[in-house]
Amino acid sequence: MNAADPTDGGCPVPGRERSRVLLGHGSGGRLSAELIGEVLLPALGAAAGDGPLEDAAVVTSAGPALALSTDAYVVSPLFFAGGDIGCLAVHGTVNDLAMRAAMPLALCLAYVIEEGFPIEDLRRVAASAGAAARAAGVPVVTGDTKVVGRGAADGLFVVSTGLGRRLDGAAPSAAGAAPGDAVLLSGTLGNHGITVLSTREGLGFEADLRSDTRPLHRLVEAMVTAGGDALHALRDPTRGGLASAVNEIAGASGVGIEIEETALPVPGPVRAACELLGLDVAHVANEGCLVAFVAPDRAERVLAAMRARPEGRDAVRIGTVRDREPGTVWLRTAVGSRRVLDMLVGEQLPRIC
Amino acid sequence: MRYLDEYRDPRLAAVLLERLRGVATRPWRLMEVCGGQTHTIVRQGIDELLPAGIRMIHGPGCPVCVTPLETLDRAMAIAARPGTLFTSFGDMLRVPGSHTDLLALRARGCDVRVVYSPMDAVELARRHPDRHVVFLAVGFETTAPANAMAVLRAAGLGLANFSLLVSHVLVPPAMTAVLDAPGCRVQAFLAAGHVCAVMGWTQYLPLVARYRVPVVVTGFEPLDLLEGILMAVTQLEQGRAEVENQYARAVRREGNTAAQEAVRRVFRVADQAWRGVGTIAGSGLVLAEEYAAFDAARRFDVGRLVVRERAECIAGAVLTGTKVPTDCGAYGTACTPRTPLGAPMVSSEGTCAAYYSAGRSAAPEDEGAVP
Repeated sequence: MNAADPTDGGCPVPGRERSRVLLGHGSGGRLSAELIGEVLLPALGAAAGDGPLEDAAVVTSAGPALALSTDAYVVSPLFFAGGDIGCLAVHGTVNDLAMRAAMPLALCLAYVIEEGFPIEDLRRVAASAGAAARAAGVPVVTGDTKVVGRGAADGLFVVSTGLGRRLDGAAPSAAGAAPGDAVLLSGTLGNHGITVLSTREGLGFEADLRSDTRPLHRLVEAMVTAGGDALHALRDPTRGGLASAVNEIAGASGVGIEIEETALPVPGPVRAACELLGLDVAHVANEGCLVAFVAPDRAERVLAAMRARPEGRDAVRIGTVRDREPGTVWLRTAVGSRRVLDMLVGEQLPRIC
Repeated sequence: MRYLDEYRDPRLAAVLLERLRGVATRPWRLMEVCGGQTHTIVRQGIDELLPAGIRMIHGPGCPVCVTPLETLDRAMAIAARPGTLFTSFGDMLRVPGSHTDLLALRARGCDVRVVYSPMDAVELARRHPDRHVVFLAVGFETTAPANAMAVLRAAGLGLANFSLLVSHVLVPPAMTAVLDAPGCRVQAFLAAGHVCAVMGWTQYLPLVARYRVPVVVTGFEPLDLLEGILMAVTQLEQGRAEVENQYARAVRREGNTAAQEAVRRVFRVADQAWRGVGTIAGSGLVLAEEYAAFDAARRFDVGRLVVRERAECIAGAVLTGTKVPTDCGAYGTACTPRTPLGAPMVSSEGTCAAYYSAGRSAAPEDEGAVP
């Protein structure tokens, strides 16, 4: 049968349309099972959980504190230099768990797919998510697949949820930063946000840039080993960038934070793009670095442990926590003056000239 | 990074500041004309490093801020018409009109897009022959050449579905208006480097001769500004009033003549309303008669616009340098970047937004009467 058979009496079942997602793929029937069985599950490989496809996965754990996190990924474009929405969904949730010093135990992935989305693109995304989960050493134990009508979603959205187990010896929290803490940054700023912006808008900076999307839990593990309970707070500066991350910590911890502008590591192409577009690199999203607030006596040890790992190779100290002006982040400027580093308001809008 | 780091060197900044301290014997008030310069000054905290008595007054050079409310309301009325594909630079999108802003229109389903160049808007018009593409052409002499080129290109392609909504302003008449304003406190100007890169610097000679006011063409990096300030203060201290060029790496005496020629072909000089300031004679550009078909204001009759300015906003006084944002009762309370009452709180080059994002809360103390 090459097309819907008008003689079978029922609604036409477009059973041989293999190149695009149809509304029927989200109906919960056979087509749904085919999509999961043929496209999504095989892509997970060894990272797929055992057993039947249940509505919820039961994860057993003996005693230690568990962490749970979820995030929806709606990045446009879906594919960009250095990654795509699939690996991003895995890394993002693994990293959110890691910011509580939790190692990922299990992930759930939910796909919301727009009618007409190319199956081949879905394969690529699913394969990338599978590869990322395997590389991170975390099984994808359950998930969901929905298809919505054309125009009801922008191609593909991915929601990921993660469960993690907290490492012994550290309990970093957004409220944990204390006066005197060293502020450490694990990698260079702006790579992800500028890559995605440049790819989406066709600005041409993406030739020299890659998203930094990567899992950070092993870096955190090394930091916990080196610093233990000196690790007061961790945050990955994703949407909203470094400015949001440190402002959130300043607010939650009730401390002031001073950042050295000249210490911020910014790759040349990112700087060029920010200069040209009038964007502040501190507001640009990252997907592969973290900010750590560490007690001063163990800061050097933690920094050395970070630098010993590939994802922390560019780690630097960027500032200090102060006991004055709680909730405020100050930037010491390149010419030696000082200004408030505020959070981005609304959308990042490129300037006129 | 080359051409950036050398202009942000803290040691050289300290040297320039030391020289400035050696030269300045009295209080002086300088106006930096361009919003980009204001942005650097506030972001880097340069005004707080200056010797006591040297005060920077922030000028009217923010294109977003001076675009009349009536133009914004017209833009939104046109953007809301079925079949319109409305394009603009990013920072115009959040500027409040009398009733709404372009971002809100977009959320309601109007096709409003950010472009990075007016040429992108021409390309959209070429690709969407069934839509009418309008580009909101605002800015100073810096953006005028690219907008002129867009019109010339659209004309060359024979595109009937492309037009500009023009609100172009010119710097020298605005500087004259600042000097003519009652209570003017400006004693020297740092002229806008990028405007001069297009227009050259000879256009300031009449101003300097008539008002005996030093004009230093100045760049946008911290060291550019410090050097420009040093040059201006040196002129003031020596009793000189000349046009000097600090930004020689980008600005030639005659400017970019090819760009000037494109502007001359497509636009003609006209009286122009500046938001918060009023109408300044000969301070704007409108499309020349030959290119009237590309004038969105003429093509689209949007009826009578009821323009409503927020009474509490002191944008006009901020734009002419007679007040600073922290003098405003609404600053930081009713008016923030999230809920702007006036345009200077919106654009990254707007003085109010620059103050707010740098966390400024109180006005610097007044240094006393101007000598």
